[in-house]
Amino acid sequence: MSKPVIATASLAGCFGCHMSFLDIDERILKLIELVEFHKSPINDIKTFQKPCDIGLIEGGCCNSENVEVLRSFRKNCKILVSVGECAIMGGLPAMRNAIPIKDCLEEAYLRSPTTEGNTIIPNDEELPIILDKVYPCHEIVKIDAFLPGCPPSADLIWEALTALIEGRPLNLTYDLIKFD
Amino acid sequence: MTEIKFTIDGKACTARPGQTIVEAAKANGVYIPVLCRYEGLKPAGSCRICTVRVGGRPVAACTQPVAEGMVVENATPELEDMRRAVVEMLFVEGNHLCPSCEKSGNCELQALAYRFRMLAPRFPFQWPLRATDGSLPKIIMEHNRCIQCLRCVRSIRTEDGKGIFAAQERAGRMRIGVDPELAARLDDETARKAMDICPVGAILRKEVGFAVPIGRRKFDRAPIGSEIESK
Repeated sequence: MSKPVIATASLAGCFGCHMSFLDIDERILKLIELVEFHKSPINDIKTFQKPCDIGLIEGGCCNSENVEVLRSFRKNCKILVSVGECAIMGGLPAMRNAIPIKDCLEEAYLRSPTTEGNTIIPNDEELPIILDKVYPCHEIVKIDAFLPGCPPSADLIWEALTALIEGRPLNLTYDLIKFD
Repeated sequence: MTEIKFTIDGKACTARPGQTIVEAAKANGVYIPVLCRYEGLKPAGSCRICTVRVGGRPVAACTQPVAEGMVVENATPELEDMRRAVVEMLFVEGNHLCPSCEKSGNCELQALAYRFRMLAPRFPFQWPLRATDGSLPKIIMEHNRCIQCLRCVRSIRTEDGKGIFAAQERAGRMRIGVDPELAARLDDETARKAMDICPVGAILRKEVGFAVPIGRRKFDRAPIGSEIESK
């Protein structure tokens, strides 16, 4: 039987969840025995070449590129997991959500203390379009599992991955569920 | 004194006359989740986290006195899911960003979410626009996190009995107002009491914070209510 295939992505996140993933320490050697890594910043595979079993999503959606990536993950992964507070509820990027997008952009590009002279709000077709709000992943596509935390602990990520690989229910003990 | 006999989820319990279901449950080692209730304050019955079924009807256990022969349903799947839904509604209704909140680990709303294993709210986030008031000398009013439990309104008073906090407006526009003159004279002890009595991070003391490291905060190790259940 071939190994389960895993893909990961960081959307509007800080890569902290990926760092926490690496924090499983020597268990990563066991993980490599158990799974095959596909599209992920860990191995720098950029596009889906085959269907994957598990997709891990860090970060919410703050721009059109995040939405495209998330939708491609939904299309290509059997089980899609929101990893961390940003994926689950927007996290720190969502602190802008109560502020109108026009005000945010003007504050960042026109009125910030470090802007000088005639500045503009970037608007190039190469750039992804920023969304009106930062959206949690489950408000864009269907998400099958949620791993809370900022970041989720390495133990939680390990428990979730091994449970998904073995096809057993997640054993979420009290100490594994944290929102910070 | 007469002793009242009643049951919670089939468990035989006793109560003193006048005790509410929450108080009597606690005395019998049964935890009924509460949020707007605070020990020593007159119960408000506003958050409905403590909803139980008595004779099949939902009642607020923090205000309802126990009566002889009462049959209380508490930890049923239906009630647990309803309570979880209330917590989820509170999470989406305000702006609760736990990773950046000073109250994280000591927050009762968060602790209830942990207890109910809330991984993601079932409701869409509302992202309301609410201002933060940093103008007061001793405290910050972080209205984004206020759940309008009125614990501060009901408890924090000046020495001569004047209320410092008050509810302003109604329904979705309701917010906790602060009397700026009285709040300007707030001493450190009252400011500490106000922060402690706030179940969330809506009232914060200025110039102090993050004193207790992660792992040693109130709800880091054991669920809210476990101190009652372990008796």
